[in-house]
Amino acid sequence: MSTAAPSSPSEPRVSGRHSVRSKTVDDAVIRIAGNSQDGIQTIGGLLARLAGRTDQDVITYMTIPSTISGGPSIFQVRIGSGEILSPGDQADFLVAFYEHSYKSHIGFLREGGICLYDSDEVKPDTSDKRFVYVPVPLTSATVEAVGGTAKDRGKNMFALGLLCSVFDLDRERLVEIISRQFGSKDESILRNALLAFDAGYAYPLGDILDLAFQLKPATASGKTRVATDGNTAMALGLIAGGVRHGAGYPITPWSPIMEQLRVELPQYGGMFIQSEDELAAISTALGFSYAGHLAVTGSAGPGLSLKMEALSWATMAEIPLIVINVQRGGPSTGLPTSVEQSDLMQAIYGSHGDCPRVVLAPKDVEDCFYIAIEAARIARKYSVPVIILSDQALSSRIEAFTEPDLAKVMVEPVLDLNPAPAEYKPYPLNAETRHAPPGTRMTGGTYPVVTGLEHDEMGHPTSNPDLHMKMTARRRNKLRRLEAELKTPEVYGDANGEILLVGWGSTYGPIREAVTQLREQGLKLAAIHLRHLHPMAPGLEKVFDRYDHIFVVEMNDEGVYGQGQLATLLRSRFCNPKIRSICKTDGLTFKIREIIAGIDDFIAVTA
Amino acid sequence: MSSITIKRPEAIEPAPKLDKKALSADHPTWCPGCGDFAVLASFFKVVQNLGIPHEQICTIAGIGCSSRFPYFVNGHGVHYIHGRAIPLATGVSLSRPDLNVFVFGGDGDGFSIGGNHLEHAARKNLNLTYVIMDNFVYGLTKKQTSPTSPVGFKSKTDPWGAQDEPVNPMRKLVASGATFVARTHAAQVNHMSEMFERAIKHPGFSVVEVLSECVVFFKGSFDAANPRKGGEFPLIPEKQWDDSPDDWKAHDTTDLSKAIKLAEEPWPGKFGVFYEVERTTKNANEQALIADAQAKVGNASSQEILAKRFARMR
Ligand SMILES: Cc1ncc(C[n+]2csc(CCOP(=O)(O)OP(=O)(O)O)c2C)c(N)n1
Ligand code: SF4
Ligand SMILES: [Mg+2]
Repeated sequence: MSTAAPSSPSEPRVSGRHSVRSKTVDDAVIRIAGNSQDGIQTIGGLLARLAGRTDQDVITYMTIPSTISGGPSIFQVRIGSGEILSPGDQADFLVAFYEHSYKSHIGFLREGGICLYDSDEVKPDTSDKRFVYVPVPLTSATVEAVGGTAKDRGKNMFALGLLCSVFDLDRERLVEIISRQFGSKDESILRNALLAFDAGYAYPLGDILDLAFQLKPATASGKTRVATDGNTAMALGLIAGGVRHGAGYPITPWSPIMEQLRVELPQYGGMFIQSEDELAAISTALGFSYAGHLAVTGSAGPGLSLKMEALSWATMAEIPLIVINVQRGGPSTGLPTSVEQSDLMQAIYGSHGDCPRVVLAPKDVEDCFYIAIEAARIARKYSVPVIILSDQALSSRIEAFTEPDLAKVMVEPVLDLNPAPAEYKPYPLNAETRHAPPGTRMTGGTYPVVTGLEHDEMGHPTSNPDLHMKMTARRRNKLRRLEAELKTPEVYGDANGEILLVGWGSTYGPIREAVTQLREQGLKLAAIHLRHLHPMAPGLEKVFDRYDHIFVVEMNDEGVYGQGQLATLLRSRFCNPKIRSICKTDGLTFKIREIIAGIDDFIAVTA
Repeated sequence: MSSITIKRPEAIEPAPKLDKKALSADHPTWCPGCGDFAVLASFFKVVQNLGIPHEQICTIAGIGCSSRFPYFVNGHGVHYIHGRAIPLATGVSLSRPDLNVFVFGGDGDGFSIGGNHLEHAARKNLNLTYVIMDNFVYGLTKKQTSPTSPVGFKSKTDPWGAQDEPVNPMRKLVASGATFVARTHAAQVNHMSEMFERAIKHPGFSVVEVLSECVVFFKGSFDAANPRKGGEFPLIPEKQWDDSPDDWKAHDTTDLSKAIKLAEEPWPGKFGVFYEVERTTKNANEQALIADAQAKVGNASSQEILAKRFARMR
């Protein structure tokens, strides 16, 4: 036990109840429902970190009210010893802080699941025998433990203590993580947190401990693991990729990236500027990039729309840039705190003119880190804007993954101000673009003007029709060269069969789980996941040929013609009528059963 | 310490001294007689006088007749999009203290589509020089009303005469927090050059409004301020802070309310420096953040800093 922990008010308890548990499970879904100001995100985060430390896999899921004053909110943690790919379709365990929490979320509990509720607040319908009810006076027991009026503050930690006891989690490690989380703050905050935690841990729960389940211990990976959310992973990936400059304007769910970069970058000799609007943000980022420092800007859908004119300039002037778009429900202000994948077309085609640019999408939290590094590499190599499509679900959920090998992936940025040779051409027709950033001595005496007007190889404006065709092709061919670099993604599942599921972005996990479940039921199928959306990896048509039906699973509308955005692109690219859509727009991540239902519906219609 | 590696030759020969020939690029595409020619000539003269090294010149512009400026200067340059030259220049100025950043543009570019950026760059006191070539009309798009068009000006969008109250550039700039605000006339070359030189030397956000006539779409617009056309070119008497008997009557350029008052004078108003104060630049503030952050991480390399960050998430 950590020596920092105050002594528990309870009598000592027998440690390790493995023997009394009736069963062990691969994973458990715990949903904590309360109000956003109750600090349920904090305990969710602590649980996720614990999972990372104990080699367990974890995915969290949370909802935040879009109102400023807070309101109903949940935090869901799925912990397990196997590969965890989605936050879970239903909960095994529900913690309900309020009547509204109980009412809204009891339906999410699986049959036989446990509903632990604050008996000071909630009056459950115990006649509904599908669930097991466990009353705990969360509010009054916390007041008793912490004393004073801190009742709203410590309730979360009390609940965490309860969960630690119910699931027989590694208490010592959890205390250590709590101490680290609150350690830098006022001493009394840590003391109260641990008092509430210990009281929750010691609270007599009686026979539900027998009902509860023991998580199978995870096999030790021998690797150091970290737990964090997608926005943080993305910010750190940018740093690893050598990005030291950026500018942005706040918008949910992008803001945490800019907030972190604002604080982190000065340590590395860089800076992140809060601009007056998104037009200024992308312009300032382009100013950094033009000056020789590859830069980042970002936003959510509405802000991406505002950046479109400047993005077109970046394509024309061939200035490298990273644009992060954390997608949320649209159109317009839409559903600011819900998830959607409806900005794909905007990302690829949103600007005026023929405006090729690279579009990537990370598949999970860990991939947010690596895709940012890849975006930086591509932007530099091809002098092209790269858009990364993240989404609200990825941005805020926490996952555990192996700590990156920084020695391998870290890129050190270099500002090259060596004199440019006399024969310098920024836009050679037969070679990659190379800019001479301002400050470069031009040996030939002619200095470059970077322009949004069509130009010749020297960057000199021209409206020569032949050159416009050549230069348009040149800008497009950069993406073709990138395409040639990409590898056809591996399929997950059967190498050929009845069904191929195609996904992009954060649907990766649920699609994979759906494949696993359906294969267990005897269906021959597989999934393929596209991280590169523009250009796409080559060879997809050959993969498509190996399956009878292709379903593109995406969180956007099926549109006028019955296909979602990626499905539309794939159909136009491959003219393949086998390509169909499974779409939804409820602002929530895909549940496994929704994907399966989408396939079943089709089979029912065609059978 | 972690900082960005700069590759440059150990020793570089000083660039040949700049003359008009070395500074000239394309022959300007402006109409014969356009006021902007004189602005360009004056800029060349000042850059030579100040001995700015060739590779450190960076001119940035949006869209408009005046915004074609960078093509006519043989220096590093950017021809960006309409109204956004200032935020692009922000990135250049903040990350490259070695450069001399100049922004050129028109009244539409600066006060209309880019009006919000002007406001914020002034408030943040970015270290750059901004020359607004004000012709009271949209030149490039051929005679629409501009934000500085006087009431009654007949344009294609107001054939009956402009109705909206025009922007008062000096008042707007002083009120926005620009730390150097001056006004000049393209036909007064010496005065214009003097204003440019002072603006460039000023540490912080310096703006010069140049009345630069569009001879095609608003001919004679600035005759009232041109002695050669029968007008007057009244200068602002600046306080010298000496004991001369009339010094008390002269304009105190550090007095904001006096500067605003001067801006309220009826057309054609006065010319010279309206306002000039020193205030910490955003450039300095950002460098201070970097210095503080780097002092905290000591000699750690960027990989070590990031590794520490990851360790906190274990
Ligand atoms: C987004 C966008 N809107 C409109 C235009 C068209 N446009 C180009 S220049 C201009 C106005 C130029 O006026 P001003 O800035 O006063 O420059 P001048 O030509 O008078 O020097 C307009 C409306 C454009 N290029 N981009
Ligand atoms: S249209 Fe007017 S502003 Fe434009 S170049 Fe001609 S004279 Fe100058
Ligand atoms: Mg104009």
